Amino acid sequence: MSVVTLKINDQDVSARDDATVLQAAREAGIHIPVLCYLEGLSAVGACRLCLVEVAGVNRLLPACTTRVQEGMMVQTNTPRLQNYRRHIVELLFAERNHVCAVCVANGNCELQALAIEVGMDHVRYDYMFPALGVDLTHERFGLDHNRCILCTRCVRACDEIEGAHTLDVLGRGAKARIVTDLNMPWGESPTCTSCGKCAMACPTGAIFKQGSTVAEMVHHPEKLAFLKVARERREWRV
Amino acid sequence: MEKLKLATVWLGGCSGCHMSFLDLDEWLFDLAAAVEVVFSPIADVKQFPEQVDVTLIEGAVANEEHLELVRMIRARSRMVISFGDCAVTGNVTAMRNVLSSSAEAVLNRAYRELPTFNPRIPDEAGIVPPLLERVLPVHAVIPVDVFLPGCPPPAPRIRAALQALIEGKTPEMIGREMLKFG
Amino acid sequence: MNFEELTQLAERERAAQHAMPFQIHVCAGTGCHAAGSEMVAKALEGEVARSTLKGKVLVKCVGCRGLCASGPIVEVEQQQPNAEPASVLYAHVRPEDAPEVVRSIGGEPVERLFLDTNQPFFTRQLKIVLEDCGKIDPERIEDYIARGGYRALFKVLDEMTPSEVIDEITHSGLRGRGGAGFPTGLKWATVAKANPQRYPTYVPPGVQSQKFVICNGDEGDPGAFMDRSVMEGDPHRVLEGMIIAGYAVGANQGYIYVRAEYPLAVKRLRTAIRQAQRVGLLGNNIAGTAFSFNIDIRLGAGAFVCGEETALIASIEGGRGLPRPRPPYPAEYGLWGCPTLINNVETLANIAPIINRGAAWFASIGTAKSKGTKVFALTGQVKNTGLIEVPMGITLREIVFDIGGGIPNGRKFKAVQTGGPSGGCIPEQYLDTPVDYESLTALGSIMGSGGLIVMDDSTDMVEVARFFMEFCMEESCGKCIPCRAGTAQIHHILTKFQTGRATMRDLRLLEELCDVVKHASLCGLGQSAPNPVLSTLRYFRHEYEAKLRSDGYAYGHANGAAEEALSHVQ
Repeated sequence: MSVVTLKINDQDVSARDDATVLQAAREAGIHIPVLCYLEGLSAVGACRLCLVEVAGVNRLLPACTTRVQEGMMVQTNTPRLQNYRRHIVELLFAERNHVCAVCVANGNCELQALAIEVGMDHVRYDYMFPALGVDLTHERFGLDHNRCILCTRCVRACDEIEGAHTLDVLGRGAKARIVTDLNMPWGESPTCTSCGKCAMACPTGAIFKQGSTVAEMVHHPEKLAFLKVARERREWRV
Repeated sequence: MEKLKLATVWLGGCSGCHMSFLDLDEWLFDLAAAVEVVFSPIADVKQFPEQVDVTLIEGAVANEEHLELVRMIRARSRMVISFGDCAVTGNVTAMRNVLSSSAEAVLNRAYRELPTFNPRIPDEAGIVPPLLERVLPVHAVIPVDVFLPGCPPPAPRIRAALQALIEGKTPEMIGREMLKFG
Repeated sequence: MNFEELTQLAERERAAQHAMPFQIHVCAGTGCHAAGSEMVAKALEGEVARSTLKGKVLVKCVGCRGLCASGPIVEVEQQQPNAEPASVLYAHVRPEDAPEVVRSIGGEPVERLFLDTNQPFFTRQLKIVLEDCGKIDPERIEDYIARGGYRALFKVLDEMTPSEVIDEITHSGLRGRGGAGFPTGLKWATVAKANPQRYPTYVPPGVQSQKFVICNGDEGDPGAFMDRSVMEGDPHRVLEGMIIAGYAVGANQGYIYVRAEYPLAVKRLRTAIRQAQRVGLLGNNIAGTAFSFNIDIRLGAGAFVCGEETALIASIEGGRGLPRPRPPYPAEYGLWGCPTLINNVETLANIAPIINRGAAWFASIGTAKSKGTKVFALTGQVKNTGLIEVPMGITLREIVFDIGGGIPNGRKFKAVQTGGPSGGCIPEQYLDTPVDYESLTALGSIMGSGGLIVMDDSTDMVEVARFFMEFCMEESCGKCIPCRAGTAQIHHILTKFQTGRATMRDLRLLEELCDVVKHASLCGLGQSAPNPVLSTLRYFRHEYEAKLRSDGYAYGHANGAAEEALSHVQ
């Protein structure tokens, strides 16, 4: 392992050479918005909110999967990136039926927080209003597709941390859905261990504990990183 | 100096935003000194007046009367403010939009399936405005100058916005205190 | 098999073919097949069997001849001593024409079916990739070998080191024919020097290779059939290119990823692989050297996104066909974490000719930065629809008006679309642009894999954009938000234009959104999806504006900020 130095937003930053731009920024106290990234899970670079500008690269790169390099010059919050981020958040709000007022995650929602962060005072796109269902067949958890943003954090938590791989994605494009096993009701899943890691991972109110009502559902995404560190390094940091 | 002419209207919403407005409590006295309320559900005015400075619109555009009214409001107001989540996003009012033939579906449910006495869809021409097929946020119909989200917007948020407008400034809608939906 | 045996086989096959004084080639390519060429072949075979020429005429089904608009196409060849066979081409041949065609053999051609090969459609083309397509029987390795097939492989194995092969490809100036135009030699060199140990790998048991070669045959553009025609018409050319690539980069296993919707291509490739294995051109210790190489076929389920290399790799691995961010590129981190060379069918089909005739010959064709030829599927409102191969640098005008024969039904040319759903529409004033990677990109289109759609003046350009956006929306994998939700919103806005509901506000939002999708999407599908909209906005903006609703409002604050609007109360 060696250390590289780079500049993030004109600030000198040093990082391990195998670190990502996101890790380096976080260690330096520089905030980059994310949605599909969750510490403890593999990075997939899907939500595109962590896109950054790197000098000498003509494309935007996701901070969560881009490795640091010596002498790299990174900008994380240019007007162009701010504009893209707001559009992306608006696209999500328009894509499915996100009604904060009646959501279990109201006040504890990463999507809602992002809307505030990007300054979304309204959505310029037409709302799509797809007809989507809610799966309440599991005795402990519920899955509301209306609130799902397809970040696949639940899928990765189920696969990588729990090892059950009950959850996956069915279909493609705007028709994609989170499914349990081979698209059966969650309550009938023979592989689900009811561990609740999907509910910890979910950034919105899509996966929730049964019985939660508006604004009651608090997710604990940090517990997944804790579990991973505890297992791999035998460190039980609380 | 003229007083700022303020109007508030209640479209497809639950009136919770107006309740929150009334939650301004004693600041309402200061407000009354600074503005003239020219139209409001809590004022007995039948016709939306001309030459309004600021109009707060609560609720989504859900029927033909709303549609007509918001267009008139836009023509007669210098500033239009989407007041609360229903006006800004459609919110709960727009949840029927996921149903196909949503107007018919909700009317059937409310007036035919649920009542035990005299089930019938009210249809008095010229009195009961027909529902739109889709509920729309206000900015889908007319240009909106300021968006004041929240379900309802908390009283301090309403106060901050109105205070700025009384001072002739555009409210700064940034941060959790001013911008959180729900 | 060694080189001597290859030469003997070629001689034997040529002798056998010369023993047949006449050959009838019936095009069995996509277009002619659809026009009923199979029945024509049967009728011709029957007619020959009944005639006095029995035993002297070989009837064979061959790959695409190109002029699909005139299909089914039949060629009658007569062997001549010490010269290329004399040939006559017939168009629109019906099964009932068979007796007349067979009767004419050795005499005067059938006037009524005669197809003039001196017309620009034939004379302006230059065939490298398709040189044997339509000449050889794609189901017989002997036919390929007889026309010089696999000589390049022996040249490489006997005379060249891997780095010499890569140098030859680099010097040829060949660039990827899948659309992006990345220099092929550079890609090969990167894979060749990539360290298989750099990233953790997860190669499944039974797979014996540390590097891989993948042939991308997941041709998905609507209306495009370039790769299909090569795979169906000349499969051994693709295999030869892959084996040479494997030797050059140090891979021992190759995969051809081909759509399951191409059953004939799959069948021909399977046959070709089996034949090559049988004669020892695939497998262990090829031609007695230490080099071993195997090829397997992997079928795609028809997702457009699987043409994107990382999604294709995920699909071969058995996962969902989802792209992943690059870098690392497949050249370093590809199939099962191993360095992987992934080339398009047409790119690989160019390899053997380059080795045989030399890099300098190939580099002499084309423009300064784009060498060689390009195969296009010419479709739309043009007289000669079909498959063409032209030298780089030819102008779009020559393609549309000379080769394509212009616009039918007395209509006027309006635009030509290159690159399929990822490309753009190019209007009349740029028709003299030479076809190469950079020029097309500068016009807001791309070279793409070779779809070329001609549109006449009756075309609604907003509808064209909407059509392609619908395709991209349906084919978006859904992984990244800008592509998944963005293409759906672009499609929604374009639909508003087509139903008279769009306002100025929608037009501005459309432009902003295209910028977001283009620059924020994860893979090439999303990054190029807005191109049809952007290019039509660029050249045909008035068509969008003409559809705007007059009573809708422009987006933005109507009365300006409060400072201005409320100044009177201050």
